[in-house]
Amino acid sequence: MSFPWLSVVTFIPLLGALLLLFIDGENKNIIRVTTFIIGIVDFIISIPLFFMFKSGTAEMQFVERIDWIKSFGIEYSMGIDGISLFLVLLTTFSCMVVYLSTWTAIEKSVKEFNIALLVLQTAMIGVFCALDFVLFYFFWELMLIPMYLLIGVWGGARRIYATVKFFIYTMAGSVLMLLAILVLYVEHHAQTGVYSFDILQYHGMVLNPVTQFWLFLAFFVAFAIKVPVWPFHTWLPDAHVEAPTAGSVILAGIMLKMGTYGFLRFAMPIFPEAAHAAVWWISGIALVGIIYGALVAMVQEDVKKLVAYSSVSHLGYVVLGSFAFTVHGIEGSILQMINHGISTGALFLIVGIIYERRHTRLISEFGGLARVMPMFATVFMIVTLSSIALPGTNGFVGEFLILLGVFEANVFYAVLATTGVIFGAVYMLWMFQRVMFGEVTNENNKNLPDMTCREWAYMLPMIVVIFWLGVYPNPVIERMEASVKNLVAVTSRGAVAERKKPPVLAKVVIPDPVKEDN
Amino acid sequence: MGYLLWVIVALPLAGAFINGVIGRKMSRNGVNIFALGSTGLSFIFAIDAFLDLLALPPEHRVLDNTVYSWISAGALNVDVGFMLDPLSGLWLLVVTGVGFLIHVYSTGYMEHDKSYWRFFCYLNLFMFSMLMLILGNNFLLMFIGWEGVGLCSYLLIGYDYHRDAAATAGKKAFVMNRIGDFGFLLGMMLIYVTFGTLDYQAVFNAAPATLHYGGTVATAITLLLFLGATGKSAQIPLFTWLPDAMEGPTPVSALIHAATMVTAGVYMLCRSSALFDMAPTTMTVVAVIGCATALFAATIGLFQKDIKRVLAYSTVSQLGYMFMACGVGGYVAAAFHVMTHAFFKACLFLGSGSVIHAMSGEQNMEKMGDLKRHMPKTYWTFLISTLAISGIVPFAGFFSKDEILADTFNSGHTVLWIIGAIAAGITAFYMFRLVFMTFHGESRVEPEAMHHLHESPDSMTTPLIVLAGLAAVGGFLGVPLIEGWNVLHNFLGPVFEHGAVAAHAAAEHAEHPSVMLEVGLMILSLGVAAAGIYVAYYFYILNTKKRDELYEKLSGIHKVIYNKYYIDEIYDAVFTHPIVNVSREMLHKVIDVIVIDGCVNGTASFFATLSAWAKRIQTGFVRDYAFSMLFATLLFVIYYVMGLS
Repeated sequence: MSFPWLSVVTFIPLLGALLLLFIDGENKNIIRVTTFIIGIVDFIISIPLFFMFKSGTAEMQFVERIDWIKSFGIEYSMGIDGISLFLVLLTTFSCMVVYLSTWTAIEKSVKEFNIALLVLQTAMIGVFCALDFVLFYFFWELMLIPMYLLIGVWGGARRIYATVKFFIYTMAGSVLMLLAILVLYVEHHAQTGVYSFDILQYHGMVLNPVTQFWLFLAFFVAFAIKVPVWPFHTWLPDAHVEAPTAGSVILAGIMLKMGTYGFLRFAMPIFPEAAHAAVWWISGIALVGIIYGALVAMVQEDVKKLVAYSSVSHLGYVVLGSFAFTVHGIEGSILQMINHGISTGALFLIVGIIYERRHTRLISEFGGLARVMPMFATVFMIVTLSSIALPGTNGFVGEFLILLGVFEANVFYAVLATTGVIFGAVYMLWMFQRVMFGEVTNENNKNLPDMTCREWAYMLPMIVVIFWLGVYPNPVIERMEASVKNLVAVTSRGAVAERKKPPVLAKVVIPDPVKEDN
Repeated sequence: MGYLLWVIVALPLAGAFINGVIGRKMSRNGVNIFALGSTGLSFIFAIDAFLDLLALPPEHRVLDNTVYSWISAGALNVDVGFMLDPLSGLWLLVVTGVGFLIHVYSTGYMEHDKSYWRFFCYLNLFMFSMLMLILGNNFLLMFIGWEGVGLCSYLLIGYDYHRDAAATAGKKAFVMNRIGDFGFLLGMMLIYVTFGTLDYQAVFNAAPATLHYGGTVATAITLLLFLGATGKSAQIPLFTWLPDAMEGPTPVSALIHAATMVTAGVYMLCRSSALFDMAPTTMTVVAVIGCATALFAATIGLFQKDIKRVLAYSTVSQLGYMFMACGVGGYVAAAFHVMTHAFFKACLFLGSGSVIHAMSGEQNMEKMGDLKRHMPKTYWTFLISTLAISGIVPFAGFFSKDEILADTFNSGHTVLWIIGAIAAGITAFYMFRLVFMTFHGESRVEPEAMHHLHESPDSMTTPLIVLAGLAAVGGFLGVPLIEGWNVLHNFLGPVFEHGAVAAHAAAEHAEHPSVMLEVGLMILSLGVAAAGIYVAYYFYILNTKKRDELYEKLSGIHKVIYNKYYIDEIYDAVFTHPIVNVSREMLHKVIDVIVIDGCVNGTASFFATLSAWAKRIQTGFVRDYAFSMLFATLLFVIYYVMGLS
C-alpha cells in the first residue's frame, strides 16, 4: 500500500490536539506557536496532493480502503477527485492562516480554543475525503461540536443563542440526511444483495421517482441549511456576528462549502432525475438568494452581518451554477467555492483586524480609516475587489464561468443572476466608503496602528492566491475538468428524463421563479 | 515583431507595481523614473510596433502575440493574447502618446501632493488596463481592461478620499459602469453561445455566415454590448457619473475622463463593427442615442459655472457625436473624432488644470476673468483647442466633426444631421463662453487668489503646447474631398470591410453626394459654429447687461438646465431611494427578521410550548400516577370486553 496521504493530512491536526493536552495551559504563546506549526506542517503535507494529482481522470485518487465494520459493509475509505482536491487544500491553507490570526484575539482558555480548532480541521478534511457514508457522517457531525464550542465559549454577547441556533438547525438537517442514507443503504441491499455504504456505489443507482424525490429532498434540505440557501439562512448572520474571528473565517471559508460540496457529491449524482426535476425551484431560490442577499447586505449596519449576507448572495451563485448541469457552470461553482473561501475568509480576517483595535463592528463607528491605516486600506481594497469579482482577481473567473454555464442552460436565469454583479459592487463599495473614506470623525479612530507584521504574514498569502487564481487559474481548472465532465455525464440521465416530459409541464413550471423574485 | 505587444502592456503594470510597493519610501524623482519611464518606454515600443504594422501590406496589417492560455474550461478557451491592427494601432498611439504627456504634466500639477506615489501608481495601473483593453485579442481580455480602467477611474476620482464628494463620485462611477457591464457580460455570453469562442478574429470572420442580417441574435448581442458602451462612455441613460467624476484631480479628468477611457465604448463598437453591421436596428438605436446625448449634454453645458463641469458635459456631448458616427456606419469618422478629441480635449482639461492650479483651486468661472494677461501660454493653447472643438477650419475638430456630420447626412438621417449641426452651434457657444469668462473681460479674481496668480511651470505648459499643436494640425490626417488625401480612411478602411456585410452597407450608401453638396454642408456647419461664437461674444463681452436681462426673463429654464434637468434627483427618487428603502424596511426588517427568522424561532418556541405543556403530566405525585394507571387499565378492560361481546 502506498503512503496514506489523505489519512495523514486528515489526522495530523487531531494528533496535534492530543499534543496540546500535554502542554501547560499557562504557556499561551507556546500553544499558539505549536498550533500554527501544526497548521503549517499539515498544509505542507497537503501540497503534494496538488502536484501528484493526475488530471484527465475522474477516478478517485490517493484512495485508502480498510474494512471497519465488515458485517454492515462499513469501510474506512478515503479518496479525492477533482472536486474535493481543492476543498482539502482550501481547508489546510485557511486553517494555517487562521491559526496565525488568533494570537492576540483570544486570551481566554487558549489551550481549549486551539484544541477545538485542530479537531475541527480534522473533521473538515475528513468530510471532503470520506468515501463511505458512515465515515462521512461521522466527520460531518464531529465538525459541529468544536464549532458549537467556538461560538458558545469564545463568542460575543448573544453567543449562546447563536450557537444553539446554529447547532440545532444544522442538526435537524443532518438527521434528515441520516434517514435518507439509511433508506439508500436498504435499497442498495435490496437491489444488489450487498451491504455497502460506499458513496460511489450509490452514484447512478436506479430508484423509483417518488423515493428519489423524497430522498433528494432530505439531502437537499440538509445541505441547503449548511450552505445556507435562502430561506434557510437566518442562522448564518447570528452565528457570524457572535463567533470569534477564527470561527467566522472557518465557518464562511470552509464549512459553508460542505453544503455545496454535498450537492455535487451526493444530491446530484445519486438522484439525477430528481435533481433535474428540481432545477427550476432550486434555481429560483438560488436567484432569490443572490439578489435578496445582496440587497439585505446593503442595508446592514454591522460589517460582519454585511459579509454574512454577502455570503448568502455569493453561495447563491454556486448553487445556481451547480444546478445548471453544465461543465462551465459546475467548474465555475467549484472555483467559486474556493474563491469565496479565500475572499470572504479574508474579509472576516479584515473585520477581525479592525475589531481587535476598536472592539466594534458597527460601520457608523468608523470612517476615514484609509488615512490612519493606509497599508490596511490597500489590503482591504484588494479583498473587496476580489469579492466583487473584478477581472484579474479570483472572483471573476468563477463568476464568469458560472454565469456562462447558467446562460447555456437557461438565458433567463443568467440575466437575473447577472444583476447580482451590480448589487455586489454597490454593497461592498458603499461599506468600504463608509469605513475607509471620508474624514476621521471618531476620536477613537485617530491613532489606530496600521497592520502589524503578523497581520501582513497572514493576509499576504490570501492576496497571492487572489491574484494567482485570477491571472492563471488553469492549473486548477485542468485538475477538476475530468471529474466535472464525469459528473455532468452521470447526471445527464436526469436531463433525458426531464426532456421527455410533455412540453406543457415545462411551460407551467418556468414562470414560477419570476414570481419569487418580484 | 509581435513580441513587442506584451512588453507595451506590461511596462506600465511594472511601473504601477514598483510605485505601489516601494513608492512610499522613494523621492519624487524616484517615483517619476518608474512612472514616466515605464509609460515613455511603452510609447516608444508602441511607435516601433506601429511602424512594423505600417511596413506590412495594407490588407495584412495584423500583428498577433499570444502569451499564455488564461482560462481553458470545457469548450471555452481564452488566451492572454494581444493584437495590433490599424484600429488598435490608432488607439495605441493616442493612449500611450497622450498618456505620456499627461504623466509629464502631472509631475507639475501634483507637485505638492502628499501621496504623490499613489497617484502615479494608479495612473500607471490605468495605462496598463487601457492598453489591455485596446490590445487584447478577445472580448474577455477587453473586459479585463474595461473593468480595470473602471477601477482606476474609481480610485482616481476618489483620490482625495477624505472628501465625501470625491468618494461618492468614485463609487457612482463604478456602479454606473457596472450597470453597463451587466450588458457587456450578457453580450459576451451570447457571443460565446452563438460562435463558440470569444476570439475577435474567429467571431468576426464567422459573423456574416452565422448571424442573420437584422436577426434577433445579432440585435441582442449588439444592444447588450452597446449597453456596456453607454456606461463606459457616458451616454444616455448612464451619463450622470462623468460630470461628477470631475471630483478627481484634473490630469485624471484629462486622461481618463476625456482622452482615453471614455472612448473605450467607441472602440468597442468599432472593434465589433462586423457584428453591428449585421444589426440595423441597433445601429439606429446607437445613432439616435448618440445624437440625443450630443444635444442634451451640450445644452447642460450652456450655463454651468464650474470650468471643469462645462468641459465634462462637452465630453459627454462629443462622445455622443462619436456614437452617432458609429450608428450611421461612419466608423472611420468616429475613430478620427476620438483622435482629434483626445488632442483638443486633453489640452482643454490640462489648460483648465493650469488655470485651477494658478487660482489656488478655484473652479468657479464667475471668479475668474482676464487671465489672458497672467497666463499667456495657457491662454493661447486653450484658444487653439477651443477653436478645434468648435469646428473652425483648419483646426482638427473641423475635419473630424465635419466627417461625422457628412456621414450622417449621407446615410439619410437628415433629422440627426440637423440636431448634430445645432449641437455644434451650442458647443461653439458654450466653449467660447468659457474662454471669455475665464480669460477675457474684467478680472473677478478674489484678491486672495490674485496674489499667487502665475503661469504654470514648464512641466505643465510643454504638454499643453504639444497637444495644442496636435489639435491644430491633427485634422489633416483626414482631409475630405480630395482623392487619396484622407490618410486615415485609407489606413483604417480595411478594418471595417467585412465581406458580405460590406455589400449591405454599400447598398445603403449607394449614391455618393456631389462635391458641391459636401462643400455646401461644410460651409453651413462653419456658419453655425461662427454664429455660436458670435452669440457668446455678444453676450459675454459686448453686452453683458443684455445677457443678465435675458437670464432674468428665462430664469425658469435657466434653473432647470443649470440643475442638469434634475436627472440625478430623478434617478435617486426612482431607483436609489426605493431600492435602499425596500431593502431596509421590507426585506431586512420584515421578511428576514420577522417572517423567515420568525418561522425558525417559532418552530423552536412551538416545541418549547409543547414540552412545557407535556411536562405537566410528570407531577411527581403517586396518586396521579396511580390514577392514570387505573384509568388506562379501565380503558383496556372496556376495550376487550366490548371487543369480545
